[in-house]
Amino acid sequence: MKNTLRSISLILVLIMTVLSACSCSDTSEPSFTPVGEYSRELEGTVLNVFNWGEYISDGSEGSLDVNREFEKLTGIKVNYENYDANESMYTKLKSGAVSYDIIIPSDYMIERLANENMLREIDFSKITNYHLIDDKYKGLYFDPEEKYTVPYNVGMVGLIYNTEMVEETPDSWSIMWDDKYKDNILMFNNPRDSFAIAQMLLGIDLNTTDKADWDAAADKLIEQNSVIQGRVMDQIFNKMESGNAAIGAYYAGDFLTMRDNNEALAFVYPKEGVNIFVDSICIPSSAQNYEAALMYINFLLEPEIALANAEYLCYASPNTSVIENENYSLKDEKILYPDEENMPICQYFHDLPEDIRSYYESLWETIVMS
Amino acid sequence: MKRKGTTALLNTPYAVWSTIFIVVPLFIVMYYAFTDNNGAFTLENIKNLGNYTDIFTISILYSLIATLITIIIAYPFAYAMTKKSVSSQKMQMMLIMLPMWMNLLIRTYSWLNILERNGLINNFLGLFGLEPLKMIGTPGAVILGMVYNYLPYMILPIYTVLSKIDPTLLEAAEDLGCSSFQKMIRLIIPMSMPGVVSGIAMVFVPSVSTFYISQKLGDGKVMLIGDVIERQIQMNHYDVGASISLVLMVMILISMAIMNRFSDADGGVVV
Repeated sequence: MKNTLRSISLILVLIMTVLSACSCSDTSEPSFTPVGEYSRELEGTVLNVFNWGEYISDGSEGSLDVNREFEKLTGIKVNYENYDANESMYTKLKSGAVSYDIIIPSDYMIERLANENMLREIDFSKITNYHLIDDKYKGLYFDPEEKYTVPYNVGMVGLIYNTEMVEETPDSWSIMWDDKYKDNILMFNNPRDSFAIAQMLLGIDLNTTDKADWDAAADKLIEQNSVIQGRVMDQIFNKMESGNAAIGAYYAGDFLTMRDNNEALAFVYPKEGVNIFVDSICIPSSAQNYEAALMYINFLLEPEIALANAEYLCYASPNTSVIENENYSLKDEKILYPDEENMPICQYFHDLPEDIRSYYESLWETIVMS
Repeated sequence: MKRKGTTALLNTPYAVWSTIFIVVPLFIVMYYAFTDNNGAFTLENIKNLGNYTDIFTISILYSLIATLITIIIAYPFAYAMTKKSVSSQKMQMMLIMLPMWMNLLIRTYSWLNILERNGLINNFLGLFGLEPLKMIGTPGAVILGMVYNYLPYMILPIYTVLSKIDPTLLEAAEDLGCSSFQKMIRLIIPMSMPGVVSGIAMVFVPSVSTFYISQKLGDGKVMLIGDVIERQIQMNHYDVGASISLVLMVMILISMAIMNRFSDADGGVVV
């Protein structure tokens, strides 16, 4: 039933997209009021944006089409492309076959890009909306001098469980090793996130460069093999929503989407701590349209644009104008914005040396195969 | 002389195409396989492949099983099809091709809904009070995915070969006193071998290098060699990815060569 509804709404959205595509033309006025100032002197140029898939408000389901607004405002054509992992973004950028003006990678990847001189300094005098960013997200470890990045989105990992299938109220990652829920547990299908859970349970630093620590975490994950149902990424939506699994680890923002479809789902930040990530906007050193990129960054910080993105993405916004906006539907969502006493212990991923990366990758193959 | 020129001209587009998109990339794969990160020659990548023996074995084993199952299903089906009227043959061909027009991802996702714990099959079993079966995340589910997705590639070549067998040959065999069993064993099966071998190539090769099917239907618990290649390329380890691909390619080439030898002396097999 749910699926039928979903396909019907999909068709409706398609029809609406077609209709709305007909009704607007390039000369139309922007449908929001910008705070900053935007000139049209770069009209006709192209801005190449490389971002995560489904990571911007794109006009679907009545949301604001952010890129379209930028085009209307500045006359700059936005060429928007997607990636599905920091690593594939890095590979493509490193190959040099493409050039992008804007990328939005996660913290540890920014650290790597900065170390390899692949980022260009941002001229902050042009980013007049930068003061809207919450101070606690400024000058983070990957950009301590505030030279290269503007925070875009904040997320944390947590434990999702189905209250109809799990009687207790879990507060620890250890439930993911519990025999009681054999074949009902979902892990991440990528090494870094999976290792992080085992590392936190064992009290190991997520960014350890001691191979023995990685071995210990790998043993813990091998131990888990007999109880987990599977390792999944996007499939977790379907599996948790339909009650095919009782417990899973995933990103807080995505939990809110799942809960919309199954009210029995609940979420907790385990006491051992969780991984936090901050995806930030950067300009690669190979950028061709630097001035337009600066304009785009400032534009993404616009209160109305940031609000549209926060509503669409369901992740936490680092933009104070969003958090303080009365119309923001997730304003009081404690999962996204926990207050001081409920704030979980958070750890960032750092960029690891190549030998450690290869090491845990080979451990991962052993874990999956055993 | 003139004729030769025309042939050369006709060949040019494909020759250019295959040089740019087949020959050159092959050399690039070889380059990466035999060099380290700094571009210096090394055999290290090939030596390290020993770490992947288990994954190679499992990938080959699963694909062999999947190929065998497709033969068992496809052969009798293709044979029965040739016995039908022309219009019915066309209809059946259409039904075989139809699912292939749908995206592989969608077809694989549909299997998820069928095999899940709360999926169609288990809901049906639940009506009789039976315990749900665990199907997703097992080798069986991955092999099923391979069989389902690649079955048409086995049916089509076998059907083509079978339908081209000259009926007068079979009549002659009957006249000379062949029983229908002998006719099958001594005539039809040997004559259809080229189709079977083509089918094996077209099913085994994509099965052994698949990564999507194993990721989805295997629930991340089954890792095939295609998954390893994907991960290594994503990690920017082009050298490792390329050396695995190269070894896989050489292994497939050798097995194809052996099979061709067994099947048809005229070399009528297209790999």
